[in-house]
Amino acid sequence: MFNNFFHKLASPKYFYHIAGRLLPWLAAGCAVLMLAGLYYGLIVAPPDYQQGDSYRIMFVHVPAAWMSLFIYVVMAGAGAIGLVWRIKLAEVIAISSATVGASFTFLALVTGSIWGKPMWGTWWVWDARLTSELVLLFLYLGIIALYSAIDDKRTAARATAILAIVGVVNIPIIHFSVEWWNTLHQGPTVAKFGAPSIDISMLIPLLLMAVAFKLYYVLVVLMRARCEVLDRERHTGWVKQLAEPQ
Amino acid sequence: MNLHEFLNMGGYASYVWTSYGIALVVLLANVIEPLRHRRKLLTDIARATRRTRRTP
Repeated sequence: MFNNFFHKLASPKYFYHIAGRLLPWLAAGCAVLMLAGLYYGLIVAPPDYQQGDSYRIMFVHVPAAWMSLFIYVVMAGAGAIGLVWRIKLAEVIAISSATVGASFTFLALVTGSIWGKPMWGTWWVWDARLTSELVLLFLYLGIIALYSAIDDKRTAARATAILAIVGVVNIPIIHFSVEWWNTLHQGPTVAKFGAPSIDISMLIPLLLMAVAFKLYYVLVVLMRARCEVLDRERHTGWVKQLAEPQ
Repeated sequence: MNLHEFLNMGGYASYVWTSYGIALVVLLANVIEPLRHRRKLLTDIARATRRTRRTP
């Protein structure tokens, strides 16, 4: 029965409809969590004893940086599934992740830079964490450019999947950069062995925003994947029928 | 805490609100773009279908 469900889900038509039904729930869940995260992060949580209120940038910066890595791994994983098993839907999910992944990488870099100015006294340093995150942005942009440069969508998907898989080498470099090298960027305070060295009043909004960003990613990737499916299937009966009353 | 204190962000207002503002713009753009793209795709497909029907 499960096998049958996944088989159906992988068909573009079913995917289009099921994803369409999920969208309002995802949007609502994301909005509620994000508003709660903003309330706890901007109003309830106290100022930091060293950084004052400037640390509140963290509630955007850290979840965005986590998403930049998470989305890349999902994109490369979906790309690999598309390469090996030739599942069209995996190709669609992979390429639909690229823009939103690039957006989160951009946000992590820009908010980090804005936070760095008052705390470090500089917008930018070429330290290992910042440089490897910038390389991640270029990887995303390269993947988007490569996909749009090849006319045949299936060939384009295969080429971008290979580029994405090769780029995975950058992910552990970003994650461990603050431990391997002496960086200006601080080490981890949440994702490490032992108890997180962050107060619970700041951890709650951080985790709320992190889950909100995850839901946001699922929302956007499904919206984009639906467009990609329509584009690829534009000559099939069900898409023509769908477009009819427009 | 009053509204002025909140908006002032302990003197870091320009840094904090610029970060949140940029985040809001980027997140909204990522939702609006696929909405417009889908509408455009559907009208394009409908137009193409009508054209092929007229010239069989």
